[in-house]
Amino acid sequence: MTVPPENFLEISDLSFSYDKRPVLKGINMSVPKGRVVAIMGGSGCGKTTLLRLIGGQLKPTAGHVKFDGKVIGELGRSALYETRRKMGMLFQFGALFTDLSVYENVAFQMREHTDLPESVIRDLVLMKLDAVGLRGARNLMPNELSGGMARRVALARTIALDPMLIMYDEPFTGLDPISLGVIGNLIRKLSDSLGATSIVVTHDVQESLQIVDHVYFVSEGVIVAEGTPDEIRASKKPFVHQFIHGEIDGPVPFHYPAASYVEELGLNHA
Amino acid sequence: MLERILTLLRRLGHSGIDAVWRLGYAGKFFFMTLISSGTSARRPHLVVREIYYTGVRSLIIIIVSGLFVGMVLALQGYETLQRYGSSSALGVLVALALVRELGPVVSALLFASRAGSAITAEIGLMKATEQLSAMEMMAVDPIARVVAPRFWSGVISLPLLTAIFNATGIFGGYLIGVVLIGVDEGSFWSQMQAGVDFKDDIMNGVIKSCVFGVAVTLIAVFEGFDSPPTAEGVSGATTRTVVTSSLVILMLDFILTSFMFRGA
Repeated sequence: MTVPPENFLEISDLSFSYDKRPVLKGINMSVPKGRVVAIMGGSGCGKTTLLRLIGGQLKPTAGHVKFDGKVIGELGRSALYETRRKMGMLFQFGALFTDLSVYENVAFQMREHTDLPESVIRDLVLMKLDAVGLRGARNLMPNELSGGMARRVALARTIALDPMLIMYDEPFTGLDPISLGVIGNLIRKLSDSLGATSIVVTHDVQESLQIVDHVYFVSEGVIVAEGTPDEIRASKKPFVHQFIHGEIDGPVPFHYPAASYVEELGLNHA
Repeated sequence: MLERILTLLRRLGHSGIDAVWRLGYAGKFFFMTLISSGTSARRPHLVVREIYYTGVRSLIIIIVSGLFVGMVLALQGYETLQRYGSSSALGVLVALALVRELGPVVSALLFASRAGSAITAEIGLMKATEQLSAMEMMAVDPIARVVAPRFWSGVISLPLLTAIFNATGIFGGYLIGVVLIGVDEGSFWSQMQAGVDFKDDIMNGVIKSCVFGVAVTLIAVFEGFDSPPTAEGVSGATTRTVVTSSLVILMLDFILTSFMFRGA
């Protein structure tokens, strides 16, 4: 199968299981270059696993992920590392290196992968930090940052080498409304200014629908719905409707499967 | 009853398989650490930084312990030697006990408790907070960047700490034996000089501390890297580092001693 040139990332029949427990069952997805795509779904539905498969941290049980014309699961170690240099990933809680300052965190990849002189690294780090509004916090240590600031520093570190694909793993989790708005705005702005393709894994509906171009809904390991934010808002599909409106019961049941309540309480003998 | 016995056997079998599997994984991990050590060689400042955290910061505990061990050795040694009228041999007794056995073993045990547990906890927490995953996603090998510098720092630090332990121990023995009890200073030092052989005693002690350095640091980095990414997982890994290291040090000490000092 040839990948259309505009599809920067192509996921075909992707399945993955932890031991014998299937997490993803035949996912198909394509992400054109320069687009911001959201992958939504409830907790534990396999969203983060999907990101790890794209990044090559996990190998699929079946199917494949094709990024920039290369099948990720088939790459050797050095080729995979070479490909990862074109990717950036923002982890759920930032994953900043706690023994390095904000400045050193952002400079980390530049020092590891380039031979740039210190003066150039300094200018680049300040530019990246300025883009997330934290140039003045460059001398702070990660334990001196708030959750929102840590996420912004991690974002600056993610874009340090101008990646072609940026993956965001639950970027809005645990943030106050202001930080949430700032991060959302930055994701869109940075994607546009860098011309990068972005994949946002999230279950924050309202914020994501404002910034993304396309949405995939994942439930029980399969894509149950997809479309533009407007299409998703107008969707009549029960799962999407429940998710968008935060309804307690629906296709995703409130109760975890269990034996009959009456039987468990021993009331059927009464 | 039969069912219970079968369950017990099954559990034993599982534990045995797990132990062998972990041993194999640790061997592979050791090999990976060795072949990923190029970064540490090219960027020695990474190792130097870790030597500060593992070695320099262990200095206080090593110096204080060495001093007390030497002082106790002198007290106990004098008590026994004077019965046979050989109290002038106190210096050689203290020195031999330290350079052959107590120096390498006690330093390694202290190093495992102080630095080994810290290495495991640090790497384990880096794993739990996704710092290692982040590194991998940045195309930086965590074994080369995090594990190898810490491994080599331990291998380099422990023999040096052992030397410092031995020196302070001998000084402690001198304080008690010569300054406090009044053993002749000349015979204390001269008998030590005559009785301690560079190759058979000092070099064998150095070999022991190098082997302990490899074992303790390998256990520490492995346990940290392999720890489950939870608070309980890191705590368990830290405990395992101290317990396993202590047992391995004593076991290796017996094996090495039986080869080195056989018939000597």
